[in-house]
Amino acid sequence: MNNLRKRRITDAVLRGLVYLCAGLTVLLLVALIGYIFVRGLPHVTWQLLSTAPSALNDTIGILPNILNTLYIILFTLLIALPLGVGAAVYLTEYATNKKFIAAVEFTTETLAGIPSIIYGLVGMLFFAQMLGFKTSLLSGGCTLVIMILPTIIRTTQESLKTVPQSYREGALGLGATKWYMIRTIILPSSVDGIVTGCILSVGRIVGESAALLFTAGVGTVVAKSIFSQFTRSGGTLSVALYMYVSERGEFDIGFAIAAILLILVLCINAAAKFANKKLKSKEQRA
Amino acid sequence: MKVKKAIESVMNVLFALCGLFSVAAVALITGYMIVAGIPAIREIGLVNFLFGTEWASTAADPKFGILPFILTSIWGTLGAVVIGVPIGLLTAVFLSKIAPPRVAAVVRPAVDLLAGIPSVVYGLIGMMVLVPAVMDIFNLKSGTCLFAAILVLAVMILPSIVSVSETALNAVPREYEEASLALGATQIETVFRVSIPAAKSGIAAGVVLGVGRAIGEAMAVMMVAGNVANMPGLFKSVRFLTTAVASEMSYASGLQKQALFSIALVLFCFIMIINSILNFVLKKGDKA
Repeated sequence: MNNLRKRRITDAVLRGLVYLCAGLTVLLLVALIGYIFVRGLPHVTWQLLSTAPSALNDTIGILPNILNTLYIILFTLLIALPLGVGAAVYLTEYATNKKFIAAVEFTTETLAGIPSIIYGLVGMLFFAQMLGFKTSLLSGGCTLVIMILPTIIRTTQESLKTVPQSYREGALGLGATKWYMIRTIILPSSVDGIVTGCILSVGRIVGESAALLFTAGVGTVVAKSIFSQFTRSGGTLSVALYMYVSERGEFDIGFAIAAILLILVLCINAAAKFANKKLKSKEQRA
Repeated sequence: MKVKKAIESVMNVLFALCGLFSVAAVALITGYMIVAGIPAIREIGLVNFLFGTEWASTAADPKFGILPFILTSIWGTLGAVVIGVPIGLLTAVFLSKIAPPRVAAVVRPAVDLLAGIPSVVYGLIGMMVLVPAVMDIFNLKSGTCLFAAILVLAVMILPSIVSVSETALNAVPREYEEASLALGATQIETVFRVSIPAAKSGIAAGVVLGVGRAIGEAMAVMMVAGNVANMPGLFKSVRFLTTAVASEMSYASGLQKQALFSIALVLFCFIMIINSILNFVLKKGDKA
């Protein structure tokens, strides 16, 4: 009888702990978001969003950082997308050599595990110094291409695997060449996976700071043209947050940027969830 | 027909090149880390570098010992694991076995969101909320210390541990649990005596993933750890391997700069070891 009571108590304690931990996780998130919005949103003003910092007027604006973030997202996706999708297509459709596939998959996993500060160093040494791109958005973008490649390859591969084998056999049986089949059948039916990969990548780029600090730099100037913007140093929003808080002690600006970043993250997460749902429902049909 | 064939082979080569790109990228990163990291180690001496307890890179008689950074990174990561793993694992248990679907549908996105929050935002919160709180509670002169960094890291590794453990728990065959319940074990007993042991390799993978994230995190830690090159102590201002690189890189030159690359090489070796452990754990899990 005593034994039974002991079991009941252990049971209740463990169950309580499980609820406590789950509650703690949710509470943590709610507190985090709430605190940042309360401290940050009042400081998000039109002037902050629409101007560059001016030493003359002693004002701070984050327009250059918003533009830099946008440009670097576009640039990185433009290059990483074909590369990543191409690699995934090769792995699932073309490659026959098991060892080669294993090698590529191993290196992709390795890339996913490398910390961003190391990307930053290698980007600085290779793109900024060796190739002579200097500290610029271009160097930063190239560094991020390598960093987000694993994400795009993995999600595309998952999606390609859900395309039914019969589609491939049907297309090839009707006399389509392999490239024609990939272009007209395989890629269109795995577009949701590719989109998911893009959304996740955008999330990573928006939040990245360590890899960009020494490659894209911290510049806060709006250049006359996109081209000259890419050849000069430019800080993204995350980098700007770090600089304003750590170097200049502008905590209100820091919280304002944090609030903007959180809103972006919320949107990105919602979009990713939506895309993923589509992917999952297709998996069930397949 | 000839044109078609030509296109076919061109595309084949193009796709193969894309596949090779990630291999080339890893080769490039490894190559650069080794080439840039070796010279300073040679000059300083491997033993002096790895086991020297004093780092004074800008002194008149500079000293480059990184043992404080290595130990801080190890202690920081261990601390984050000790706090983050139990909370993460129990949250995963809640999501996988206990929560009604409607509640799980609220908790799961919360965990995903935690994973998406940029590390500088964690750093900001740590700096503005956690550090003053630590200072008050423990009556310290300054709250920037290893303990604050451990707390921030614990929160940051939570999402990877939860999502990987939940996947592992979901994959436990229903029959195991049903058998346990039929023998008279309660739901909680079944979870802790049957499900968790059965999912242990997946959970281990989640822990290793968290270790990798914790040891590689730079910005958030830089904002809360204080950045003084002390030997680690829970309430001392400390410098991690990552922050040692990041905090001096912008103004370093000569041997100092080379030494920073050597620190990055050490960090890279750590990550490679962790990655191989992860691969090993995952392979073992596949076989079982």
